[in-house]
Amino acid sequence: MTTLTRRLTVTFQDKPEQRLRIILGGLGCLLFMAGALSVTVGALSLDLAQILSGSLTEFDQSVLFSIRLPRILLAATVGAALGISGAAMQGLFRNPLADPALIGITGGAALAVACVIVLAGTVSGYLGLYGLGIAAFVGGIASSMVIMRIARFSGTFSVTHMLLAGIAINAVTFAGTGFLTFLSDDQQLRALSFWTMGSLGGALWEPVLVCLTIVIPCLFVLIRKSRDLNLLLLGEENATYAGLDTHRLKRAIVITASLCVGAAVAVSGIIGFIGLVVPHLIRLLFGSDHKLLIPASALFGASLLVLADTVARTVVAPTEMPVGILTSLVGGPFFLWLLVKQSRLKP
Amino acid sequence: MRTLLAAFLLVLCPVLSVADTPGQINSPDRANSPNRIVSVGGALTEIIYALGEQGRLVGSDTTSYFPPEAEALPKVGYQRALSAEGILSLRPDTILMNDEAGPPPVLKQLAASKVRLVSLPSATDLDGIRRNIRAVGALLDVPGTADALLQTFDKTVADLTAVTARQSDRPRVLYMMNHGSGSPMVAGRDTSADSIITLAGGQNVVDGYTGYKPLTPEAAAAHAPDVILVSTRTLEQAGGMESLLRIPGLNLTPAARNRRIIPMDDLLLLGFGPRTPAAALDLNKRLHSQ
Repeated sequence: MTTLTRRLTVTFQDKPEQRLRIILGGLGCLLFMAGALSVTVGALSLDLAQILSGSLTEFDQSVLFSIRLPRILLAATVGAALGISGAAMQGLFRNPLADPALIGITGGAALAVACVIVLAGTVSGYLGLYGLGIAAFVGGIASSMVIMRIARFSGTFSVTHMLLAGIAINAVTFAGTGFLTFLSDDQQLRALSFWTMGSLGGALWEPVLVCLTIVIPCLFVLIRKSRDLNLLLLGEENATYAGLDTHRLKRAIVITASLCVGAAVAVSGIIGFIGLVVPHLIRLLFGSDHKLLIPASALFGASLLVLADTVARTVVAPTEMPVGILTSLVGGPFFLWLLVKQSRLKP
Repeated sequence: MRTLLAAFLLVLCPVLSVADTPGQINSPDRANSPNRIVSVGGALTEIIYALGEQGRLVGSDTTSYFPPEAEALPKVGYQRALSAEGILSLRPDTILMNDEAGPPPVLKQLAASKVRLVSLPSATDLDGIRRNIRAVGALLDVPGTADALLQTFDKTVADLTAVTARQSDRPRVLYMMNHGSGSPMVAGRDTSADSIITLAGGQNVVDGYTGYKPLTPEAAAAHAPDVILVSTRTLEQAGGMESLLRIPGLNLTPAARNRRIIPMDDLLLLGFGPRTPAAALDLNKRLHSQ
């Protein structure tokens, strides 16, 4: 793989556009294959030939259309959302350790969800179905807005302030969640812990479409900002001298990333690792040009989560594993392996 | 990278072959009544077994662990964290569940698959159990067996009432359970623990709050229960009788002084299924064993 990327870099040194197109095409194929595999595999196995020829039984058809397809689409959307917001955050903080949790979205979402589960009691109807998702979205966005507001108190929208505010707000939200956990009864506690482990099991068409309508515009905004993010890599001062309005850029990036992660967390709970590691992997393999990094993170994040979710819903069928556990369990060691390998390559 | 991909595919292979095993389809012997049932909820599964209709079960959730055979059924996960595809892969024609089943989006997915969903309220008293037995009997089209089961049920209830009517004292009981770390939780009013204690002729020492609250050492000492009732699992988690009695506050109670700790299985004690009258009778005996 690394020799391949090196060859790609050498071959297309003078034609970055072409290199970009080839890499994105390859990742697109990966996503397509992941999707095709995912459609056929599951607790119920469906035959790809039968799906394509439309000769499924009515039962299999309803499983395909009302359960599996929305789920795969959701996995791809959430994976892409986490991938691009991770890439944007790492670019903004100019730190490979930055991930969406830093701007308080997951903490705020978890707190809001805990409030609904523990304090609101049983809710039914529309709110019962989407209540947790709406709460997670509102809570996530609210806490990231608070962090952004605090960062602007210094008058300069300082990244350091934002980072510190993020840590403080996270501490507060986790304390709040902890307090609610303490108040919760047996069943509420279970509901809460299942939510924090993250799952794509509740994929219905409506939330999938809502999530898509939020994530796709965000993706385009971030791709448009990729040149500016490249400039920011030079350092804030240098970027300003190069004519970049860094305040506006930072605000735009934080807002889009919060929207993306907010939408993802709302539909799937907390799925770790993807936001941190997908952009990292892309950077290790293909370099840190944001023009490539952002769309590639979207495609790779989507493929990775589709595959992970396929495994999550097959290994322990007829029940399923929370996919958040799986992404961290498999991804962590893989990432370590890659790090070790990379550092060995360098003298 | 390539070796990694190969390893990944290798891991996936057994998964694929497991998923490919076709489900056996029973020939329907009764028209319109369900023959392939997934039961979600320990008490409902118990009712199906008590009616002798377990042959129609194709799966159950993890709370269904009585009778022991029920543990061998394919498990569709915890009742509040079901997976739609997992359940449907068992090719059920009916999903019988209590009102705790969820999460709601999964129920909506199941409804979209056109499999029959039957939801029964969780029983919190004897009448609730009777209603559920009747409802399951009607669903399975065995009202006669359900009536017979109800007769045995009512007879045990009559025995229980006769026993409790003769007893003048009502032992003061504290029900405690431990989920994970932190203080054990103590049952207040409007809990199934409170109902079964009352049913068994005891008296819940806690009447100041509803639901479960963490135990504070001083409150435990102040309530001064004669007996401490715990779930078997809580006792195991605590590390046995000795360590349980060392919990601050508990060690000051009359129950600890006289070493009166009664461990009982959660599903038996709090399940509110067909075994509840027998469980209450058993609890009554153990409450009055001194």
